[in-house]
Amino acid sequence: MPHTTDVVVVGAGPAGLAAAVTAAEAGLGVALVDTAAQPGGQYWRHYDPAHARPGDHVGHHGWRVFTGLRDRLDALRADGRVRHLPGRQVWLVTREPEGTFTLRTTATVTAAPEGQPDDAERTLSARALVLCPGGYDRQLPVPGWDLPGVLTAGGVQALLKGHRTPAGRRAVVAGTGPFLLPVATGLARAGVTVAAVVEANGTLGWLRDPVGATSAPGKGIEALGYAALMARHRVPYRTRTVVREVLGADRVEAVRVARVDRDGRPTGPEEEIAADLVAFGWGFTPSLELPLMLGVDTAVDTDGSLVVTVDDVQRSSVEGVYVAGEATGVGGAALAVHEGRLAALALAAARGRPADPATIRRLARAVRRGRRFATAMHRTYPVPAAWPEWLSEPTLVCRCEEVSYGDLRRAHDDLGAEDARTLKMLARPGMGWCQGRVCGFATAGIAACLRGRGSTPEDLRPLATRSLAVPVPLGELAALTEDTTPVGATDTTLEEGGPNGE
Amino acid sequence: MTHRMTFRGVPVPAEPGQSVAAALIAAGIPAWRTTRRGGRPRGVFCGIGICFDCLITVDGVPDQRACLVAAADGMRLGDDGAGLDGTATGAGHDAARDREDSDAAHD
Repeated sequence: MPHTTDVVVVGAGPAGLAAAVTAAEAGLGVALVDTAAQPGGQYWRHYDPAHARPGDHVGHHGWRVFTGLRDRLDALRADGRVRHLPGRQVWLVTREPEGTFTLRTTATVTAAPEGQPDDAERTLSARALVLCPGGYDRQLPVPGWDLPGVLTAGGVQALLKGHRTPAGRRAVVAGTGPFLLPVATGLARAGVTVAAVVEANGTLGWLRDPVGATSAPGKGIEALGYAALMARHRVPYRTRTVVREVLGADRVEAVRVARVDRDGRPTGPEEEIAADLVAFGWGFTPSLELPLMLGVDTAVDTDGSLVVTVDDVQRSSVEGVYVAGEATGVGGAALAVHEGRLAALALAAARGRPADPATIRRLARAVRRGRRFATAMHRTYPVPAAWPEWLSEPTLVCRCEEVSYGDLRRAHDDLGAEDARTLKMLARPGMGWCQGRVCGFATAGIAACLRGRGSTPEDLRPLATRSLAVPVPLGELAALTEDTTPVGATDTTLEEGGPNGE
Repeated sequence: MTHRMTFRGVPVPAEPGQSVAAALIAAGIPAWRTTRRGGRPRGVFCGIGICFDCLITVDGVPDQRACLVAAADGMRLGDDGAGLDGTATGAGHDAARDREDSDAAHD
């Protein structure tokens, strides 16, 4: 068996970086696993530093916070106090009878010849976990959203920040929430014509929200900055408007938009806007596969996301498992950094390491404040309640298995699928490559809507639970039964596509 | 120095540090596979390794996420038909459609 380290931190975004650095500086032995080659997560995604140019970080918020954490990480790595495993994804985590945790990892990218597999990186063992898996853009299906040229807002941002690549020439950025603004201004700065930002909810009313203003004054300044940039680039900002359909034959050619009421029901005539790029974002979905594998308690947050419930120092319901960042509720990078530090210090204190109680109390207060602000944001930018009414029979809901809204409705009407789990079994949404990451929220919402009720954790959980966190080469599974077999010895390159059969 | 790759025989340049997906998009190729059932074109969607829409064969290794694979000089993209999800058939890019024969030898 591998050496058992004090703590494995999963994820090197804002929460995970802060947790790893803080835990190591408090004297704990730390391994940090991250899917990406570079630390920073989605929020601080950046161009490969080996080929960096000045100006790469324009528009990056909290960049100095990131470089501060990264410099500390580099120093700790050099001292051998943090073992950093970039470019590896955890696909299985288990709690052993004696209370330690075993994590199985695989290379994120297998195209490059891996050479002799490094068993020391394949299996990790830890006495405690800090899980910081982050999240990704939440999506709602709409007719035409499967056309090339439709991307998630985060994907557009990733191409810009991580690869200096504008994903089109004329863009519509649509959905809801403040994240649409940096995407739009980032595109405009890169020379893309932003034909419109299409926001389903009202104006930037949260600037006047007393909770928002007192909880995170910096956020107001940030938003004013975006407003100024939008004005400078003459980006039209349309509120109470949604994209009803994406038009095009083999790729995006235009979108059809309509004004809507508070619930998302159209109130006016439709209008066409030409575009070759559509960026959709409806808030974020936390990545819960690893916490769910360990059986942690969950709840539905204000924004409708399934989240891990944690106590006032980020402890989950499972002994030794701390969770920080978006997985405990979508709240942004600043909050995630607080949560990561808090989790690490609480763990250090529990292991008898020096951890200043006053600092822990201060961080816990900052987390509570950040959560209040996040809740205010969720209430300002909800997913419109009537969104399932935008769907037509042929609209794809599950992109991987090509399951349409009509397929789901028939599974309900004709086959009696009364909940998300049964819909998934009978119509196969969420059974493809992405394992329901993209369509999980929507399928749960449709299941509830077909029954004329709201989404429950029971709708969301079967679409967020995965028996394996990521598709892995079959050789990795074979190796589970015989740990001594060098996995690279198998010559199969087949991958398990939809491994989460219920 | 710019990397030189090919997508089904069509030259695709890439800047060092770019992903395969970014290089394809920059080259005006928005889609590189078709779906199993509907035969619909697909390219990049989530851009961060979540959705698996952007699967592509890289140097003969099928089903790689184009958004995560770093571009490299001499890379051959989209060749052969070993992929589970239709990476072999035309992907809605006219220039690429006729050139599949030239890559048949690659395995």
